Amino acid sequence: MDNTSIVKKAKTVDEAVEKALKELGITKEKAEIKVIDEGNRGLLGLIGGKDAVVEVSKKFNPIEEGKKFLEKLFTKANLDVEVEVVEEKTDDEQVLYNLKSPKELGLVIGHRGETLDALQYISSIVINKEMMEYYRILLDAEGYRDRRKETLERLARKMADRAVQKGRKVVLEPMPPHERRIIHMELKDNSRVKSYSEGKEPFRKVMIEPIKE
Amino acid sequence: MKELVEFIAKSIVDEPEAVHVNQVEGEKSIILELSVADNDMGKVIGKRGRIANAIRTVVKAAATKEGKKVIVDIQ
Repeated sequence: MDNTSIVKKAKTVDEAVEKALKELGITKEKAEIKVIDEGNRGLLGLIGGKDAVVEVSKKFNPIEEGKKFLEKLFTKANLDVEVEVVEEKTDDEQVLYNLKSPKELGLVIGHRGETLDALQYISSIVINKEMMEYYRILLDAEGYRDRRKETLERLARKMADRAVQKGRKVVLEPMPPHERRIIHMELKDNSRVKSYSEGKEPFRKVMIEPIKE
Repeated sequence: MKELVEFIAKSIVDEPEAVHVNQVEGEKSIILELSVADNDMGKVIGKRGRIANAIRTVVKAAATKEGKKVIVDIQ
């Protein structure tokens, strides 16, 4: 991460800040300003004046840094992927990036989203290393998360029916925690079955069991 | 592929200058040997190897495009 910071001197604090901002090429909102010496104008601003000294540094912006990190990663991976910030889902607590790629979206998503999850996890570690408070990083790829959620909800209903029909429990394939949660949520109000998870990560599976009357 | 592993590892650790990746070309696969400062071992491995697995997953995606098999070995 580039932690650019410079020290500037000028007749007044404002002038020094302005100079520093210009040199860093950023606006005041994106800067952290520390006044080292307020300086003084001296007599009539002529004799015995002392320059003001400020230190200005670029504020760490997780949204920009996360985007930069992902873009660089895709360049190194030789994958043609565009990283877009989804403004409606981005605030002080989280950022959602949408990944776009004309040809390589499948690779970026991976089997059952495993690559997308891995990228999300790594970016979260890299960005949160620099953050005082936890900042949530979310990755999506052209609506993949929603499509996957719908698929899982459909699967949950189908498997619940099967468990009831057969009168015994149905075991699903191993899934990551957030996918199992979607299944449990879908079935939580279903009075005919109960769902729970068994096994160790990453092989933990959802079980759907008919409730005996 | 070597650069990718290097970039990810350097972004995660506290001592990026201690990150080294050695590339060993096998017949069918490439082995990337990643070494980091002792204090950073936990950072690249993670709880139950979660970070190491995430790195492997991302590298695998990039390797698939190149039609290669890549093994990331943390030393």
